Amino acid sequence: MTPSLSHAATLLRGAAVSAVLAAAVGTPAHAQAITGAGSTFAAPIYGAWADASKAATRITLNYQGNGSGAGQKMVTQRTVDFGGSDAPMAHDKLAAAKLLQFPAVMGAVDIAVNVPGVADGRLRLDGPTIADIYLGTITAWNDPAIVKLNPGVKLPGLAIAPVYRADGSGTTYVFTSYLSKVSPDFKSKVGADKAVSWPAGTGAKGTAGVAGAVKNTLGGIGYVESAYATPENHLATTQLRDHDGAFVRPSLASFAAAAAHADWAGAKDFAVDLNDQPGANAWPIVSATFVLVPTNPADPAKGAAVIKFFDWAFSNGDATAKSLQYVALPASVKTQVRAAWNSLAK
Amino acid sequence: MTQKGDKAFSLAVHTAGLFVLVLLGTIIVLLFIGGLPAFRAFGPGFLVSSAWNPVTGSFGALVSVYGTVVSSVLALLMAVPLAFGVAFFLTELAPSWLRRPVGTAIELLAAVPSIIYGMWGFFVLAPAVSATVKPWLVSTLGHLPGIAGAFRAAPGDSSIFIASLVLAIMITPFIAATMRDVFLTVPVIFKESAYGLGCTPWEVMRRIVLPYTQASVVGGIMLGLGRALGETMAVTFVIGNTNRISTSIFAPGNTIASLVALEFPEAESGSLQLSSLLALGFILFVISFVVLAISRALLAQRVRA
Repeated sequence: MTPSLSHAATLLRGAAVSAVLAAAVGTPAHAQAITGAGSTFAAPIYGAWADASKAATRITLNYQGNGSGAGQKMVTQRTVDFGGSDAPMAHDKLAAAKLLQFPAVMGAVDIAVNVPGVADGRLRLDGPTIADIYLGTITAWNDPAIVKLNPGVKLPGLAIAPVYRADGSGTTYVFTSYLSKVSPDFKSKVGADKAVSWPAGTGAKGTAGVAGAVKNTLGGIGYVESAYATPENHLATTQLRDHDGAFVRPSLASFAAAAAHADWAGAKDFAVDLNDQPGANAWPIVSATFVLVPTNPADPAKGAAVIKFFDWAFSNGDATAKSLQYVALPASVKTQVRAAWNSLAK
Repeated sequence: MTQKGDKAFSLAVHTAGLFVLVLLGTIIVLLFIGGLPAFRAFGPGFLVSSAWNPVTGSFGALVSVYGTVVSSVLALLMAVPLAFGVAFFLTELAPSWLRRPVGTAIELLAAVPSIIYGMWGFFVLAPAVSATVKPWLVSTLGHLPGIAGAFRAAPGDSSIFIASLVLAIMITPFIAATMRDVFLTVPVIFKESAYGLGCTPWEVMRRIVLPYTQASVVGGIMLGLGRALGETMAVTFVIGNTNRISTSIFAPGNTIASLVALEFPEAESGSLQLSSLLALGFILFVISFVVLAISRALLAQRVRA
């Protein structure tokens, strides 16, 4: 999963709707403590939102970033008031556990490379080529498939060293989902999950490990959360061919474009696939991180407080999200999420 | 009053002693129960299957057991001569003013957290070895008939070889400290007699000290091996974390401890993956237990003698 740096400001101005909801969920006069657990990717933004909102909402949040799997488990057992999960939960599982799922914030995945003589942002790749690299069928940087995508770029005859996340991770889930979507070969041989059986390459621990391994290894290629590919980290990133065939650079604008084109209304439980979306300038590897709340909270006051917290975040938290390199949800999506909350309140 | 106090104290220390046993037993039993679904699903084949595919739900222990054993044994091959040299130097050759600083340095090395060794291995040692030692080994030992395959070149910095090297550096202080301590237990009169007969320091080591301390030395080595088997963080950084077995020590691999640490947090509860990870933990427990039992047995022999 992925936060995003960049600056494009325009994204989100969805605050207006919030007043309606605040009325719907009510405002407890006393301070309320809520607990959450799960996605480590989302932990920094939930923490920052909790600090920023305390004065206004009188809600204190205790969020434990212990992994999406643990978050799903703990909210299913009602150990916490909400769970955070990078991968959406399946509809039947949600129904069985009486959970409502909604997206909180989004991020993108960048491709980082270490190819001598090729400048940052210059190299152009497409999904099927990356899939073949990770399948081990494209093994050199001057492979005809890569040369064809990069007319005018002098590519060395260097071996490609693919690097992947060795730890179970939402980023791997997003990346392998993308590759499975664009490459039938990858889908049948590897598939999409938080950890998969990679036919080629080496594994590194965490985003920092992948970035370090790519920087250390001549010919390295890896996938990192876009927040990590900052100029300070000196990672060279690539352009990617989008769904419409144009080459796109990773930026807050191109991540937002992908989110805007997605069919949020048609997706059950907001489990929309943001990868490889059609539309101009849409970065092909984007994903949301999700919140899971009980539809029958044991303590209705706490259930309401969770909704109130995220309502505050949707109205006031976009700047915080941007400063932490996340991509805020489009206003239209926030409206749909609030509608889902309303059905919960009844 | 005194008797009551005695009884209470006796009860307290008995409880403390038994608690450790109960704790150990509980961990083993819980690991086994946790791994039971995996053992049931894959049977004895779990031990010899090289699969580890969370997507298809097919798991096996072979690759990580192989990586664990090979990296630990290689680490021992490098660490034992070095540790022996340190202990020999400290007890027989070093001038007395140097013994203290070197001895303290050894103890400090043992106290460095493993994550520091891992990061240093990843950022400094691995690129340096890839640029120097690795090509040299590939071009020399890589041509010897029979073992050429083990030194075949492989791309990338991360490898079982680097992991062994980092492990060797980590366990050397433990082995060296144990060896030094047991070398010092040799009665001075034995050594003085040998020196009096005209023996060189090496002859004293070879004929007097080593035979006298044999069992303890092996016990110390086993303790080092035990630590290498269970090391997690440092290995994770440098071994490459791939689920493939390669004959070359320059190819990446995997160990039980690092695989469990990496995949445990995101393994879904009740999944076969989680159960397989717990089963791996159980297997590691058994391997470590065997190593420690052997070391205990050897140390006990020494005490009796």
